[in-house]
Amino acid sequence: MSAPTTTPTTVTPSTRPVRQLGDRIFAGSATGAGVLILIVLAGVAVFLIAQAIPAFTASPEELPGGRNLAVYIGPLVFGTLLSALIALVIATPLAVCVALFITHYAPRRLAQGLGYVVDLLAAVPSIVYGLWGVAVLAPASLPFMTWLQDYLGWIPLFAGPVSATGRTMLVVGVTLAVMILPIITAVSREVFLQTPKLHEEAALALGATRWEMIRMAVLPFGRSGIISGAMLGLGRALGETMAVAIILSGSGIITFNLISSSNPSSIAANIALQFPDSTGVAVNTLIASGLVLFVITLLVNSIARWIINRRREFSGAN
Amino acid sequence: MSKAVHAKNLNIYYGSFLAVEGVDIEIKPKTVTALIGPSGCGKSTFLRSINRMHEVIPGARVEGSLTLDGKELYGPGVDPVGVRRQIGMVFQRPNPFPTMSIYENVIAGQKLNNKRAGKKATDELVERSLRGANLWNEVKDRLDKPGSGLSGGQQQRLCIARAIAVQPDVLLMDEPCSALDPISTLAIEDLINELKTDYTIVIVTHNMQQAARVSDFTGFFNIEGTGKPGHLVEMDETKTIFSQPKQKATEDYVSGRFG
Ligand SMILES: Nc1ncnc2c1ncn2[C@@H]1O[C@H](COP(=O)(O)OP(=O)(O)O)[C@@H](O)[C@H]1O
Ligand SMILES: [Mg+2]
Repeated sequence: MSAPTTTPTTVTPSTRPVRQLGDRIFAGSATGAGVLILIVLAGVAVFLIAQAIPAFTASPEELPGGRNLAVYIGPLVFGTLLSALIALVIATPLAVCVALFITHYAPRRLAQGLGYVVDLLAAVPSIVYGLWGVAVLAPASLPFMTWLQDYLGWIPLFAGPVSATGRTMLVVGVTLAVMILPIITAVSREVFLQTPKLHEEAALALGATRWEMIRMAVLPFGRSGIISGAMLGLGRALGETMAVAIILSGSGIITFNLISSSNPSSIAANIALQFPDSTGVAVNTLIASGLVLFVITLLVNSIARWIINRRREFSGAN
Repeated sequence: MSKAVHAKNLNIYYGSFLAVEGVDIEIKPKTVTALIGPSGCGKSTFLRSINRMHEVIPGARVEGSLTLDGKELYGPGVDPVGVRRQIGMVFQRPNPFPTMSIYENVIAGQKLNNKRAGKKATDELVERSLRGANLWNEVKDRLDKPGSGLSGGQQQRLCIARAIAVQPDVLLMDEPCSALDPISTLAIEDLINELKTDYTIVIVTHNMQQAARVSDFTGFFNIEGTGKPGHLVEMDETKTIFSQPKQKATEDYVSGRFG
């Protein structure tokens, strides 16, 4: 960059250098913020890896449980993924329905009220949901889980025997679903509201019913928004500590049986429960499990990005 | 195919606001009728009342009688969705579905009708509709590409293809060329001339030369002032409207001595 500072310019508008300066400051700070985020992320990764290495190199006897690292972390990863997956499978369709009801079916007054309620629910601390899960949902769902075992017991998911306390993987999944429902709903509602009137009217003018219009115009337009919302929810469910820690007493097994009394815990809950009493290599082991959670979260987000980008050409963003 | 539209003493409201008052109009089959008039006089409002798109807006309603070949469109038990399947519409801004390919856009209406046609019949329908809209040669090699990748004029013709693919009785067009360049405008005007052998066409236009070029009949809407309802001042053969209109207001408007 060589600025012609020596050239005597008399007609240069006085606003130009100022705007350039503003542009430069903005560009600089935006780049700075982006770089900072990357540095922080890299810092976290470096910390996790450095602290996890002793666990990788330690002999099996030194680790908690006395077996190798995969045997220790495996069930936790499984529990984490299973509980988050149950939550996602329950919450996403429900959230999309609620968001559609708010944006396209409810009368305006009701829609506004519902919108506020959903936003409020999104702000409730997760410990509250956890307490609700233990105190209300677990006992209340006992008859339902017994019913599942009696009638759908041939599906491995519901093989039973039903836990007497009701504190099961299924209850955790449902609790997490309730917890992430508001955030997915809120994000979906925002994108549904932004569906161009133009395309809604195109569908209606072709003779689409309201539901057909939603399928032709609203859902395709909101698809990437729904995925983003679901990923936000999934991230919350994967990392959820307290709700899982309160409800489940993990026993380090891998099972798809959702309603029995022996369940795997999740990574985050296990860290929260074990950390205070851990020393030495046990701490490194917990951090290693944290590293795995970090990688899982990154993977989930990359997959979501990939899904969103796959049909970019058809996204209507051009 | 191709039916007559007949409005009798039609009042059109947005909530309590009377936007268009007392429209009496007879639109003959297989003709092109142009609706002209200053902005805000209710041309779009009237046009959208014909296929019951008006009531999509909350609080919007219609009083009076509107018939399609004698059948009351606002009668009790008449489903607006059914009306819209018979009366196609092309909007001011081209609006192909961005998430659908060109091919899917053309058959979007047919899919709604749940007519399960075979692959061959569907291919034929797509080709026939796109040819009908003078677009086939330009897109035949990229039917699986998104419709939003076309130029504005091509997108508008795609929307026309989409509308005629379901073989409507009437085709409504609300300023279909106002977002297009002159060449694309000419293409659409030519197309309108061809389409009138099969369809009843009602077109709203800002452009009086366009009305004179494409239409057989012209209706002139006017408004006395803001907040007052719009009226259909006069409706006659296009050449009469542009040469010897009966009303002074019409003459002032078409000769450019308006306001
Ligand atoms: N969605 C709406 N809600 C309320 N009033 C409207 C709406 N659309 C149009 N109007 C009013 O109806 C009148 C006619 O509008 P419009 O039919 O769009 O006129 P034109 O198409 O002739 O320009 C105008 O006064 C306009 O303000
Ligand atoms: Mg208009």
